[in-house]
Amino acid sequence: MARAVTQQRKIINTAAAWGVGLLIFFPILWTILTSFKTEAQAISDPPVFLAFDWTLENYSVVMERSDYMRFLWNSVIIAGGSTLLGIIVAVPAAWSMAFVPSKRTKDILLWMLSTKMLPAVGVLYPIYLLFINLGLLDTRTGLVIVLMLMNLPIIVWMLYTYFKEIPGEILEAARMDGAALKEEILYVLTPMAVPGIASTVLLNFILAWNEAFWTLNLTAAKAAPLTAFIASYSSPEGLFYAKLSAASTMAIAPILILGWFSQKQLVSGLTFGAVK
Amino acid sequence: MATQHSRSAARLMMAPAVVLLLGWMLVPLIMTLYFSFKKYLPLRGGDLGWVGLDNYVRFVTSSSFWPSVLATLAIVGGVLIITVVFGVLLAILLNQPMWGQGIVRILVIAPFFVMPTVSALVWKNMFMDPVNGLFAHLWKFFGAAPVEWLSQASLTSIVMIVSWQWLPFATLILLTAIQSLDSEQLEAAEMDGAPPLARFGYITLPHLGRAITVVVLIQTIFLLAIFAEIFVTTQGSFGTRTLTYLIYQRVLESQNVGLGSAGGVYAIILANIVAIFLMRMVGKNLDA
Repeated sequence: MARAVTQQRKIINTAAAWGVGLLIFFPILWTILTSFKTEAQAISDPPVFLAFDWTLENYSVVMERSDYMRFLWNSVIIAGGSTLLGIIVAVPAAWSMAFVPSKRTKDILLWMLSTKMLPAVGVLYPIYLLFINLGLLDTRTGLVIVLMLMNLPIIVWMLYTYFKEIPGEILEAARMDGAALKEEILYVLTPMAVPGIASTVLLNFILAWNEAFWTLNLTAAKAAPLTAFIASYSSPEGLFYAKLSAASTMAIAPILILGWFSQKQLVSGLTFGAVK
Repeated sequence: MATQHSRSAARLMMAPAVVLLLGWMLVPLIMTLYFSFKKYLPLRGGDLGWVGLDNYVRFVTSSSFWPSVLATLAIVGGVLIITVVFGVLLAILLNQPMWGQGIVRILVIAPFFVMPTVSALVWKNMFMDPVNGLFAHLWKFFGAAPVEWLSQASLTSIVMIVSWQWLPFATLILLTAIQSLDSEQLEAAEMDGAPPLARFGYITLPHLGRAITVVVLIQTIFLLAIFAEIFVTTQGSFGTRTLTYLIYQRVLESQNVGLGSAGGVYAIILANIVAIFLMRMVGKNLDA
């Protein structure tokens, strides 16, 4: 009897959860479907769901017409470069805070977090002016630097959380065996830290890829990444639904796939360990 | 046990991150403060001298100030209510035994990974367009007149778009929190005959209190700063000019840097008020 009830409940739960899940996912699904329609089918009345002539034409049109590859390449360089640079700066800092903590470690961590709370618009003009004077406006270098600084607190925090879980006894054992600091880092810590570093890289690559304040305001034609490329569809090209959909699908597909791998890190990374 | 040697090594390793962040924080902040006390119009005469607190007064007395505060409150408040209420419900639902839980989770989380310009444009054109949007088809199907979402119901539209983007975040965090709830407690209450609503109100909700606070604080900081969603939809018209957008327009569109910088200082103060509460919670967790 009890089993029948749970079984019935499980069926209801499954139906409800799938219903809500599909509803939330629907705008993405609809965008992907529309990207394979012709422009006429994309705005047909009533709308067609699956029964249309599937075509790849929009993808080739988008790629030919608007230097899609350049925007994609800019996104890869900006997101990848800022993440890599951030990791290089953050690993030593997080390492020392996790393994050689001092009285001020907590204050430094909280202060780093507080810089993340600074609203970007509050410092828009100074950054804009500095970029003009340093020749960084509309360059990938400039955006790599700004996005690296923007995400540095998150990178330090995530790495600190991961490093802290590495037991300190292992280090002491290595030291007793006569390992030097360099060997300690290279052969003991690095292998244990790799998973944590990998998840940090993943989440910050996603955050940088999707960043849309600095990338919109500090780029024009040369260094614009995909966020700006899509924004250029706001009108009147946006009325070509099939092409807008193809462009959108190409901009979000890589990140959706990466994102599915980083679900778990998302919580600890974005709440700074406040929710476990 | 750390030796003097390893201490100084540690300091050296921390130095690049600390110095970079200190520069990233102080240099622009000091410049914003500096400009906020000046009449500074780069395209119309440049630096026109010190004006004291004039910019601060003019920013809050301009006719666009209060509407922008209201728009900001409406968007932040609306999105918070929707994401927290539906986030709690969704988290409870997703925590139940079911088939294909992993896939449902993926479906629910997906919007968070869509870049803001894409989600804003997809909603604007393919859903909210009064002629070809899916909503227009749906409305017509039920015999209603299509709504011009982004002009007639502009704030509602923005709240919908942004809620769609942030619901996954709230759900994921609340789900994580719910999974740490001791299920024996719930089962004991069920055996004692407590109805589902009472179990929710007396056990689940109090347990979620901390996670809800974190969601509210973090989202508030991000929501105060939303930009792309307005930039590609209404450009701040139809009552959707938030404080962030107003400052952006003052600084880059009308190039009134002094006035915009004063607005920027207000935005920084506002964000810091929220941040203080968040930092306290995070700090407490660091001790534990």
